[in-house]
Amino acid sequence: MSAAGESQGPKGASPRDAGGGRLSDVAIGLTVQVGRGFPTLLYKELLRFWKVALQTILAPVLTALLYLLIFSHVLEANVTVFGGKVSYTAFLVPGLVMMSVLQNAFANSSSSMIQSKINGNLIFILLPPMSPFELFAAYVVGAMVRGIVVGAGVFAVTLFFAPSLLSLPHPFWAIAFALLGSAILGTLGLIAGISADKFDQLSAFQNFIIVPLTFLSGVFYSIHTLPPFWQTLSHFNPFFYMIDGFRYGFFGLSDVPPIMSLGIVGACCAALAALALALLASGWKLRH
Amino acid sequence: MPAAVEAVNVARRFGQVQALDGVDLTVGEGEFFGLLGPNGAGKTTLISILAGLTRADSGTARILGHDVVSDYRNARRNLGVVPQELVFDPFFTARQTLEIQSGYFGIRDNAAWIDEILHHLDLTSKADANMRALSGGMKRRVLVGQALVHKPPVIILDEPTAGVDVELRQSLWAFIRKLNTDGHTIILTTHYLEEAEALCNRIAMLKAGKVVALDTKQGLLSRFSGLTARLVAERVPASWRERVLRADAGVHSISLKSYAELESLLAAMREERITIAELALEEVDLEQVFLKITGRDR
Repeated sequence: MSAAGESQGPKGASPRDAGGGRLSDVAIGLTVQVGRGFPTLLYKELLRFWKVALQTILAPVLTALLYLLIFSHVLEANVTVFGGKVSYTAFLVPGLVMMSVLQNAFANSSSSMIQSKINGNLIFILLPPMSPFELFAAYVVGAMVRGIVVGAGVFAVTLFFAPSLLSLPHPFWAIAFALLGSAILGTLGLIAGISADKFDQLSAFQNFIIVPLTFLSGVFYSIHTLPPFWQTLSHFNPFFYMIDGFRYGFFGLSDVPPIMSLGIVGACCAALAALALALLASGWKLRH
Repeated sequence: MPAAVEAVNVARRFGQVQALDGVDLTVGEGEFFGLLGPNGAGKTTLISILAGLTRADSGTARILGHDVVSDYRNARRNLGVVPQELVFDPFFTARQTLEIQSGYFGIRDNAAWIDEILHHLDLTSKADANMRALSGGMKRRVLVGQALVHKPPVIILDEPTAGVDVELRQSLWAFIRKLNTDGHTIILTTHYLEEAEALCNRIAMLKAGKVVALDTKQGLLSRFSGLTARLVAERVPASWRERVLRADAGVHSISLKSYAELESLLAAMREERITIAELALEEVDLEQVFLKITGRDR
């Protein structure tokens, strides 16, 4: 941030060079802070989903609650997880919370980007002097906030069915995986939104990649209940590590060591962030 | 002192179309500059390159000396663009739209200037209406406001009055003129050539991605000095047929180099016994210059 950029001066003077430091902002009479577009873009992203909270927050909470009611009712007596140390309903809750976090983080950044592209109002964020990192950070943090707000809502309403979960033994693990998982899906949503030219393509990305990877990641089951082939295959699904690590925070039990999950999830997050930043810096499909 | 806008040998190709073909252009600080050309001439591509929305294949572009690629932050801080497309964010009100745009430029405490913009654009009563509820003309004015919200020294208006009614167009131009008087550099593209003639001091004409004319308004008009005789008659004398600019349903527009030539034309008509039903003389205007330069005068 330029110190000169924060100076303030009289209105009405000649408006020469707002940025070069010759007459600076004294000339334009406004407080300009280079690199400070991020808070506003983040605010816009938050306002965007908050204005339609019924659709973006309450609806996914209700969907997760229905999953819990149906699956726990049908499977509670028939499924044993973690050697019977945890009830199926209690096992299911962290999975549903994390699934909601992931899906809503993806939905937020992807829909925001594709809507802006298709409506043409993306130009409003391309014209200002925001860096690729500012754009990336605002979209991803906005997505993380929505994912975590929905996840918290799901946790709050499902807690009634598994009150023992309140005493989660490793909260920092749960928080770390919630943050990393939402960041990964927020970044994936941003990449999908940049790549897609129409809603149909984005929908395909969501329905054929995100939803299957989420459902096959151990939300509804422990992978130890699967045949060996599917167990092995599950280890190639990064979503499995997000949910398994998140669940460790609640039970101190997991299918793989949480530190391993953290390493894999962290590496995925870094790789996807690098890809998204490279796309934003190149202007691919954004600046023609 | 750097120019407000400088384009040096800027080229851009889209597939088989050479949208810009080595454009050189310099606009001085404080100018009211017109950028004219037929559809597809490359005006919007040039504006997009200046704004960082499109990358040039070759050449450089600078805003107040700041390269639009390597020093994009300062280039964009100094530039306000009113885009041609009527776009808006349906989630927000007019005031929120301006506040958010202001924040993108890192500007806080901008309420006084936003109020002034709303007032000058006659939007105060609609400030808290959702963008979706505004008419096309109002949405266009919010777009103008968004371009001005950071008080950029250089303002580019790409067809800003399309869809805006006459009264509001006048008030918009009064506001833009005031900004120009205050020292802002204005670059305008418009299809209303009378607007360009009334407002711009200097004009560039683009055709097929090239600058085909670049001069002061007076320079352009004097380059094609002369008159147009518009006469209603059954035909034009054979010796004057090459001078016919336009002929439509018995109305012939004939190019004259000066008033003195009018007598020759009338003499030729008398000689061929052609009856004149109506005759009017028009001095050359920017539209005729534009049609001649862009080769669309017949």
